[in-house]
Amino acid sequence: MSAGTPDAVVSIQSLSKVFGKGGVTALQDIGLEVERGEFVSLIGPSGCGKSTLLRIVGDIIEPTSGTVSVNGKPARRARLDRDYGIVFQAPVLYDWRTVAKNIALPLEMLGWDRGRRADRVKEMVELVDLSGFEGYHPWQLSGGMQQRVSIARAFSFSPALLLMDEPFGALDEMTRERLNLELLRIWDEIGSTIIFVTHSITEAVFLSTRVVVMSARPGRIAGIVRVDLPQPRTAITREDPRFFELVTEVREQLHAVGADEVLEEATLQ
Amino acid sequence: MTAIAQPIPRATLANRVGRRARDWVPAVAVFALGIVAWQWLFPDVFHIERFLLPRFSAVMSTFWHKRSELWGAGWFTFKEALGGFALGCSVALVVALVLSRWRRLGQALMPVAIAANAIPIIAFAPITNAWFGLLSPWSKIVMAAVLCFFPVLVNTLRGLTSVPPESIELMRSYAASERAIYRRVRIPTSLPFLFSALKIGCVLAMIGAVVGDYFGGSTKALGVEVQSSVSLSQFETAWSAILVASILGIAFYATIAVAERLALSWHPSTRGATE
Repeated sequence: MSAGTPDAVVSIQSLSKVFGKGGVTALQDIGLEVERGEFVSLIGPSGCGKSTLLRIVGDIIEPTSGTVSVNGKPARRARLDRDYGIVFQAPVLYDWRTVAKNIALPLEMLGWDRGRRADRVKEMVELVDLSGFEGYHPWQLSGGMQQRVSIARAFSFSPALLLMDEPFGALDEMTRERLNLELLRIWDEIGSTIIFVTHSITEAVFLSTRVVVMSARPGRIAGIVRVDLPQPRTAITREDPRFFELVTEVREQLHAVGADEVLEEATLQ
Repeated sequence: MTAIAQPIPRATLANRVGRRARDWVPAVAVFALGIVAWQWLFPDVFHIERFLLPRFSAVMSTFWHKRSELWGAGWFTFKEALGGFALGCSVALVVALVLSRWRRLGQALMPVAIAANAIPIIAFAPITNAWFGLLSPWSKIVMAAVLCFFPVLVNTLRGLTSVPPESIELMRSYAASERAIYRRVRIPTSLPFLFSALKIGCVLAMIGAVVGDYFGGSTKALGVEVQSSVSLSQFETAWSAILVASILGIAFYATIAVAERLALSWHPSTRGATE
């Protein structure tokens, strides 16, 4: 198994996924390298397999053919070594656990002792600005706050890689923009690598160092847009003329693959 | 729900007790009216005969005079119900864990369990009496156990398997073992289902034990007491025995309800999510 670039956190080679016997080809011949410290977004129409790709990288589902390595190891090994954190569109919090205990869940699984867990939870609660809510249960929080708990949980054990599957998709536009900024701040502070699935062109351009545009049926990589906007990104970034150029570039690539549904959403924004 | 900016102050204890008390007023009033109707309205206004429904005060008097005999019988039968409940529920829990772990097996057996859940199992009471002996407590314990078994199995299994797939995926991302997934996700998720089932189960266990007695049993048993009193036209005694069965049944149910509250203190339904 070739490891690709030495600094690659994720290396995907000629990966395909077919669901069922002779059924739907969800992904075809995907190749992608993600380097340390990158923020890579996957964007494309429904059915382009972007969530499937993310789950294959996380070894939640298995590819039909091809290889995925994470930190130079097979995806299975990387999962067993707890090399990545994951955030879903739903916060996936456990109602019977408080905010603090939800954040501590991966730390428990890693066998951290109580004192060390408490210290880290305190740091994470401050990082996502939820101080005072440690003893609350998830259903007592708003959707945006729940998703912040889920992000704190994913970052709590400082995984080298973060997989995020439309984490802000269910939130309103204002909460989403605020959490975008928070995510960038955390990414900068912790210095991890992020693969981020989204439906939103502006969100992808605003957050990423690279945007991977995918086409549907079968899911393929149609193009990659390198986002050369200056770091750190702030609210001003959204008004940068270069930001609009890049949004247009991603939009045109999506148009070329016939992703009208993503484009419709983009014109609404 | 709007975004909460500040932690919500918990309602003070006095406040909560006050509101709890007010919530109970209508129920207590209905109960009192029922007693009044039983004591005066039915015998004096509707002329309902003693063999149909003896006066409340007459039942109370017998209930007091025969208290040691009645509670002795009550305890005897309650032990049968409790034994059956413990047996039926624990077997159901183990089977539910096994069937949720090995889905194929679950898929094969579930339709049978659901069908069995719908049959009037109490009809087998004379059969269990024949199998385990009329006078043996085991004939009633087994009846109660079989009555508890199916609803507890079906509900618990539903709870164990109704975990959202992403909850499991999250645990897998932490390289969690199957056992850790059960301990941290499946079992906590199934608890509300389990407690609903236990509340149904405790009622069924009492029914199983008492009705089992009706088809014959030890003279120390409550069901036998009801039956023999009726045949001797001692209706006050029969009603007193029924009262004992009711009190024991309600106490049994209430104990489980309290355990549920303690175990599910995190659950929105027990914490007033809409406050």
